Amino acid sequence: MAGPLEPLFDVEEMELSFGPQHPATHGVLRVQLRLDGEKIMDAKPIIGYLHRGTEKLFERESFNQCIPHTDRLDYIAAPTNNEGFVLAAEKLLGITVPPRASYIRMILAELGRISSHVLWLATHAIDLGAITPFFYTFRERERILDLFEEYCGARLTLNAMRVGGLPYDLPDGWVERCSELIDSLPKYFDEYETLLTENRIWKKRTIGIGVISAEEAIDYGLTGPPLRGSGVRWDIRKVFPYDRYDEVEFEIPIGENGDTYDRYLVRMEEMRQSVRIIRQCLDRLPDGPVMAKVPKVLRAQEGIVYASVEAPKGELGYMFVTTAKSTQPYRCHIRPPSFINLQALPAMVEGHLVADLVAVIGTLDIVLGEIDR
Amino acid sequence: MTDEKKTPQPEEKPNATPAGDDRPAEAGAPAATPSAAPKATPPDEAAKAKAAAKAKEAAPPKQPWEEKPVPPVHEDAADDPDVAALREGVEGSVEGADRFAGQVTVAVPRGKIVETCRFLKEQRGFAFLVDLTAADWPEREEGRFDLYYWLHRFEDNRRLRLKAVVAEDQTIGTVSAVWKTANWMEREVYDMFGIVFEGHPNLERILTWEGFNGHPLRKDFPIEGIDTGAAIYPDVFPPGGGPETAEEEKEGA
Repeated sequence: MAGPLEPLFDVEEMELSFGPQHPATHGVLRVQLRLDGEKIMDAKPIIGYLHRGTEKLFERESFNQCIPHTDRLDYIAAPTNNEGFVLAAEKLLGITVPPRASYIRMILAELGRISSHVLWLATHAIDLGAITPFFYTFRERERILDLFEEYCGARLTLNAMRVGGLPYDLPDGWVERCSELIDSLPKYFDEYETLLTENRIWKKRTIGIGVISAEEAIDYGLTGPPLRGSGVRWDIRKVFPYDRYDEVEFEIPIGENGDTYDRYLVRMEEMRQSVRIIRQCLDRLPDGPVMAKVPKVLRAQEGIVYASVEAPKGELGYMFVTTAKSTQPYRCHIRPPSFINLQALPAMVEGHLVADLVAVIGTLDIVLGEIDR
Repeated sequence: MTDEKKTPQPEEKPNATPAGDDRPAEAGAPAATPSAAPKATPPDEAAKAKAAAKAKEAAPPKQPWEEKPVPPVHEDAADDPDVAALREGVEGSVEGADRFAGQVTVAVPRGKIVETCRFLKEQRGFAFLVDLTAADWPEREEGRFDLYYWLHRFEDNRRLRLKAVVAEDQTIGTVSAVWKTANWMEREVYDMFGIVFEGHPNLERILTWEGFNGHPLRKDFPIEGIDTGAAIYPDVFPPGGGPETAEEEKEGA
């Protein structure tokens, strides 16, 4: 065989700016591409279009006043954002949360996870040309958002937790309605899978795309489904159980090949596990208060505390640095999973086609509100 | 049910704040009145104290969430196996170790940070850098910035925090060669605090734009922001110049 063919004409690498206004970038992500034909030689994500200085705002507000800001990080899964923040504050202040509050938090967080994952599925599928799942998933998402609305009045920016517990108890009949929804969900998940899992086009577009090995995933600091898709069985809910996750049973699904298809399967299974967790929580929901006895003015002491939760996107952590008797965090750092996960994008798309970039952005499941903060 | 008890009644305020009450009467955080124990809301302080004393004698032990919060305390963490190993493995790397809320923070001198991180990753199995961030203490004498490295080990799920002090005119070595994930984290710290990481492959601003004036998370940066002016890319679009017109472009070419 002869060596590589000499091009018969001048070959020039092309620069292409993908985004920030592109329907498949899920917000205002811009990726600067260097292309050889349609092959990606180099990709450089450019972020910061949505930077609002959340961490700076935290520094002048009291602990409870910070919570609405956390809603606006990962705005499609607000409960886990709230949860991470209040857990960090509770750790700092030494507050024990009543069991009923913990269980309701878990229910809200898992509902948030399902709603985030179905939205991911809808947009990811639509990016790859499968329009139908969008109509199916939004039906379920709507019902979950209705439950949120019934609980706290808001659908997306919930502000549903407080340091020490919850602001409200569940309204009458909420448990039954939630229970009804939970029972119906697995059937709907089957419907999505009928559309995609064995679909030939779907498999062609996702298998072997955006592969990342377990070692590399750890080196890049990936967490959440991108890490589990590469075969690392690691979930904050299991390794550092917060709330009452040590009292419920669930599995951590993992993938084998670390490609887009495996990450899809991982997220599908995660939704089923979330249903399982909610079912157990609803069955065991204890009576009692939903708020611990906390001082009206929260005063922290000097120290550094980090607490994290398993958000739908990965490990979401909050780190507080406080001074003695401070009523607000001196410094609060957010560890946003999307920000760290996005960093692996150039390594995952190199050598792929531009169309696969869309698949990889979708499979990383990024939210720009969280990346830019 | 909890709603009615959420905010203190205004008329209760004057006699609800005697000396010794550690709960200043300020509406804000919801009061933590457990609905299961109605005797915890008596009208006046004396009755409250009496009821509390009574409850202590007769009532079953209180649940932890009904008690006052017990904040964590600082402890010396020199006995931690990782700290001990680090002290032996890298000479002069441990300046102090503190345990707070179960999390160990090791103070590491600025010059030793890369060596320390490499040692911890290669010899102690801390394969995962969870977080890297900084805090600004403008008044402090020993150096303005604190850098925090938050490391994770998968085998036994243990975490360790390193802390290094960097003065305003100093730089620190990059750990992006140790963990790839540190690349963007260091860029963020550079962008937000202006700390320069020596040897970083691509130390550019990440959340603000190139040419942004100032470092937003420094304490002397105003929270309402600054006027960056129209010329956010002074080298590309000089102040007052605007984008090149078609004619100028022709001339240039």
